[in-house]
Amino acid sequence: MSHPQNAAEFLKNQAKAKWHDETLWFVRDKRDRISKTIPEWENLRNLASQIKDNVLANLGSYLEQFEQNAIKNGIHVHWAKDGDEHNRIVLDILQKHHCTAIVKSKSILTEECHLNPFLEKNGVEVVDTDLGERIVQLLHQPPSHIVLPAIHLKKREISELFHEKLQTEKGNEDPTYLTHAARLHLREKFLGAKVALTGVNFGIAETGEFVVCTNEGNADMGVHLADVHVACMGIEKILPRRKDLGIFLRLLARSATGQPVTNYNSHFRSPAPGKELHIVLVDNGRTAQLAREKFKNSLKCIRCGACMNTCPIYRRSGGYSYGSTVPGPIGSILSPGLDMKKHSTLPFASTLCGSCSDVCPVKINIHEQLYEWRQEITKTHGELGKGLSMWIAAGIFKSPLAYKISGGLMRKALKVLPDSLIYHPINAWGKSRDLPEAPKESFQQWYQKNRS
Amino acid sequence: MSSRENILSAIQGIALESKPLPEIPDFGIPGEVEATFVQSIQGNKGEVMDKAEFESWLAAEKHSKIISRSASFPDASNLYLPADAHELNDLDLAILDGQFGVAENGAIWLEDAELGLRVLPFITEHLVIVLDRNSLVATMHQGYARIGDASSGFGVFIAGPSKTADIEQSLVVGAHGAKSLRVVLV
Repeated sequence: MSHPQNAAEFLKNQAKAKWHDETLWFVRDKRDRISKTIPEWENLRNLASQIKDNVLANLGSYLEQFEQNAIKNGIHVHWAKDGDEHNRIVLDILQKHHCTAIVKSKSILTEECHLNPFLEKNGVEVVDTDLGERIVQLLHQPPSHIVLPAIHLKKREISELFHEKLQTEKGNEDPTYLTHAARLHLREKFLGAKVALTGVNFGIAETGEFVVCTNEGNADMGVHLADVHVACMGIEKILPRRKDLGIFLRLLARSATGQPVTNYNSHFRSPAPGKELHIVLVDNGRTAQLAREKFKNSLKCIRCGACMNTCPIYRRSGGYSYGSTVPGPIGSILSPGLDMKKHSTLPFASTLCGSCSDVCPVKINIHEQLYEWRQEITKTHGELGKGLSMWIAAGIFKSPLAYKISGGLMRKALKVLPDSLIYHPINAWGKSRDLPEAPKESFQQWYQKNRS
Repeated sequence: MSSRENILSAIQGIALESKPLPEIPDFGIPGEVEATFVQSIQGNKGEVMDKAEFESWLAAEKHSKIISRSASFPDASNLYLPADAHELNDLDLAILDGQFGVAENGAIWLEDAELGLRVLPFITEHLVIVLDRNSLVATMHQGYARIGDASSGFGVFIAGPSKTADIEQSLVVGAHGAKSLRVVLV
């Protein structure tokens, strides 16, 4: 399904769509307010952007340095060229440890690789432990936002779900009550898991350590109780130096949710005594994106979600309307690189207003890349149904006489034709929009009457 | 060719313009460091107290299972650190020393040496971190300068109690980790 079709589906529930829009705008507003308390905010964005530029320019050598140091620290390093290989590597580790149940904290990468269904098919129970992710997992849905996975759901729906799955009181919609019920449910899972899986926010080449940020503490609860920690990391997550974290930790949470820092920022350098630590470095289309000069900057993304919260389209169409692992503006420039045909409508799901680029903590030129992808897609897939009307319009605009005649005809026709004919499926512009009231005369006629 | 070589050679095959790695200036924050730190912790839903306030709180609360690894409160423990971290599941209170605190966001740095068991500050029902008020720094940049090239196997910045807003953006404290954070400035 295309983005417009999915968005129309989302907009059917108008009250919920309005709530979604306002709630994300509230998060955007929190980001604005906290960023303005930091006088050097724009300077931090510039530095973050420059550091990431340097990372992309030297990605190969930083990856080798990271690997070398990580191995020295006692970490097992694996490389995966695509999602399938990543999934097999994770399964191999689990099978080596005879593990059939894991706990997992948030990792967009594993969503991208479709790890959960793969593991489940191979007899492994996967429990997502971030509250929002657990909620959507129990509903058999993917996250609809990379930072706020269950933002498309209302507390009534979550209350009903928890009543069914966790035996909470029927009708109790209190978020504190529901969260504490999930705490008890997931505590058991943490205590029982032999292997815990996490994503990675930043990998440090200089030290071979990596950093995982959460507010709930779920990543740490999982990995410190388990015998084995598997961390899955996209190859673009590298930072050169430990001190670069100072820049990125200042930007990440403020951009994401408007809080000054995530509550838990864990730096993993080597396994605890008697335990095992694995890291899987994953390409899955990243080197291909790096080779696209116009689009390689999309790899600077630190997955804060600020571009989603600000986007007038995302807020009014919901995460699922994009049909891609990473939705919103950044997803719309990443996803066509993975499958241009499947995601051909995404770069058009934008007003090109540029708000996404304005809030991006690493200064990715998101709206310019959206525009560039439109060119690429039109070149490859044709005019997307607008070819005929553009060809007619070109003919009319070329001839003054044709312009005059058709203008007069339209002014009359719009007044007398029934709506069913004007708002015909062929008139894509008229979908969800009213045509302007037709003026009585053309500008030329008006000018001759009043000014000549 | 292994996937490692595959990925590295793919990157090598791309003509990439060189980009310099910028130096990071030492940004200060305006205002007084301790007052800013206290404000940050409170904003993160934590509490700041002095030694006397903490002692009377501790006496009043009567927690049944306490582990203290703080040099300031060596006698507060009534449990030893177990060999198996799972035994900490019903721990009421952990009292730990922090290395330093960051004023701009309330983040407090702890390493393996302070933690004993890495899960301790997460699994405990309530967490107390004891901090020398002279150890406060203004920004994360100064924080990382303090960490320098220390090589602890694990280190963590903790800035507040465990929290979530995943249900309709309503803030709830006590998601999976500690339900409260008290910082004792000594």
